[in-house]
Amino acid sequence: MTDLLKLSGVHTHIGRYHILQGIDLAVAQGQTTMLLGRNGAGKTTTLRTIMGLWQASSGEIRLAGERIESRATPDIARLGVGYVPESMAVFSDLTVKENLVLAARDGPLDDTQLDWIFGFFPALRRFWLSRAGSLSGGQKQMLSIARAIIEPRKLLLIDEPTKGLAPAIVMALIECLKEIKRKGATILMVEQNFFAARELGDDVLVMDNGTIVHRGEMAALAADVPLQERLLGLSLETHQ
Amino acid sequence: MTELAATDPLPKPKRDIAPILLPIAVALVMIPLIGSPSTWLTLTAASLAMGMMIFIMASGLTLVFGLMDVLNFGHGAFIAVGAYVATLVLAPFATSLQVDSLWMNLAVLAPAALLSMAVSGALGLIVERVLILPVYGQHLKQILMTTGGLIVAEQTLYAVWGPQIIPTPLPTSLRGSFILGDVAIAKYRVLATLIGLAVFIAIQLVLNRTKLGLLIRAGVENREMVEALGYRIRRLFLGVFMTGSALAGLGGVMWALYREQVHASMSDDLTVLIFIVVIIGGLGSIGGCFIGAILVAMIANYGGFLVPKLALVSNILLMVAILMWRPRGLYAVTSR
Repeated sequence: MTDLLKLSGVHTHIGRYHILQGIDLAVAQGQTTMLLGRNGAGKTTTLRTIMGLWQASSGEIRLAGERIESRATPDIARLGVGYVPESMAVFSDLTVKENLVLAARDGPLDDTQLDWIFGFFPALRRFWLSRAGSLSGGQKQMLSIARAIIEPRKLLLIDEPTKGLAPAIVMALIECLKEIKRKGATILMVEQNFFAARELGDDVLVMDNGTIVHRGEMAALAADVPLQERLLGLSLETHQ
Repeated sequence: MTELAATDPLPKPKRDIAPILLPIAVALVMIPLIGSPSTWLTLTAASLAMGMMIFIMASGLTLVFGLMDVLNFGHGAFIAVGAYVATLVLAPFATSLQVDSLWMNLAVLAPAALLSMAVSGALGLIVERVLILPVYGQHLKQILMTTGGLIVAEQTLYAVWGPQIIPTPLPTSLRGSFILGDVAIAKYRVLATLIGLAVFIAIQLVLNRTKLGLLIRAGVENREMVEALGYRIRRLFLGVFMTGSALAGLGGVMWALYREQVHASMSDDLTVLIFIVVIIGGLGSIGGCFIGAILVAMIANYGGFLVPKLALVSNILLMVAILMWRPRGLYAVTSR
């Protein structure tokens, strides 16, 4: 399978801290790759470095074969990378509609795409003209994901989409992300919820101290409890 | 497909009207304190006119603060330059300005104001590229660079046109007052109020009805996410900076006509007022800036009439009171 995204020897420094210490990873076209690891392992930094929000101090990042590590964030976004940050970062002063209008960069909102999104997230239709700041946490997460998929993207970078959400909302979100997968999306997702990771992931990368310490199939990691405990300090079974 | 968030209906977002009611409350409270209705009306009209001029000067600065997170202590330079350009352009047309015809006067005044805006906007372009660009994200350096820029601009005005006060001719048709019973309201104040309202409405329309406005509002809140959506926010910064500088230039023209004079350090006192307006309005909030400007002008006019000795500190007291009520200003837009 072709690699859509490839990082080779990527280092990132934030101030005097050396966060990413030579990341090598590949995300295959049409696959969902989960990025797991303990807090502070460098998962969010990896996504932000790919997005150009933090500049890689060395190494190579290729998207569909094209080097992007020295490109500015807007240029990377325009290459077809959608980003859902951990903080959701919806524009709270803008309405749901205005958030999506901004996300649909190259023209008016596409009705078919919008109907597809409303299929997952009916709340967005209901609160179409409400300020995003007045939405609940789950609804803000829906809006954040909707913003990333309102236009076709080559690659989605999603940072902890289930964080802080109620279990019912998490289940629904997983179903939604599965549907996005079925449409052929390529996703690199940071996730702390192992149940969600197992449900969604095709491949898995585990990070520790700014490096990739394990790569393989998600199903294999999910089946190997000792490996989970060694890599993550706990097992998936205890997080169902 | 799964239905997400079949949650409880959201409460309707509340409109925060308390700040809007504040200037109305201040004006009403002043009626018995001032005593004479005609004096109250004159002072209120003066407050509105002064408030609109301050708003025009401050509106650009609040967007620059909010969107770009730039502490521009040199904003006053654009005010002074705008005022000087208009004064110098109007000088050769003194005869046309003395004709008692509104249209003839405006035919001279409007191009002069537009030229002032263009020059201030162009100066804004240079300042952003030369002084601000190297120090984005570095507040201390921004203060040093922009304060230095202001000093250079002021000293250049001194060097070229001298320290003396230069008269700015107010057109004949804008002199005098409209008389309503025993109330006299200066014609120029009416014009200033109308221009201020027009600028406010225009900014609100751009911010709320256009994609550019959406980008500015979104950028004020979260610049990084705007970039992650694929927009080159640095270009937006430059556009907003130039527009803010041009508006400061327009404010300078209006202030020069109001005072009928310009001098090199004319913006010093205004800068203090403008910063107070931006802070009490909430960084990046045009609505807050509008209300803040009216409040500052009201306090200056009512306070100057009632307790002249407090005139110097009245606006500081206003700022303290507002910030005790709302620590991030009347309308908090950014988290800064």
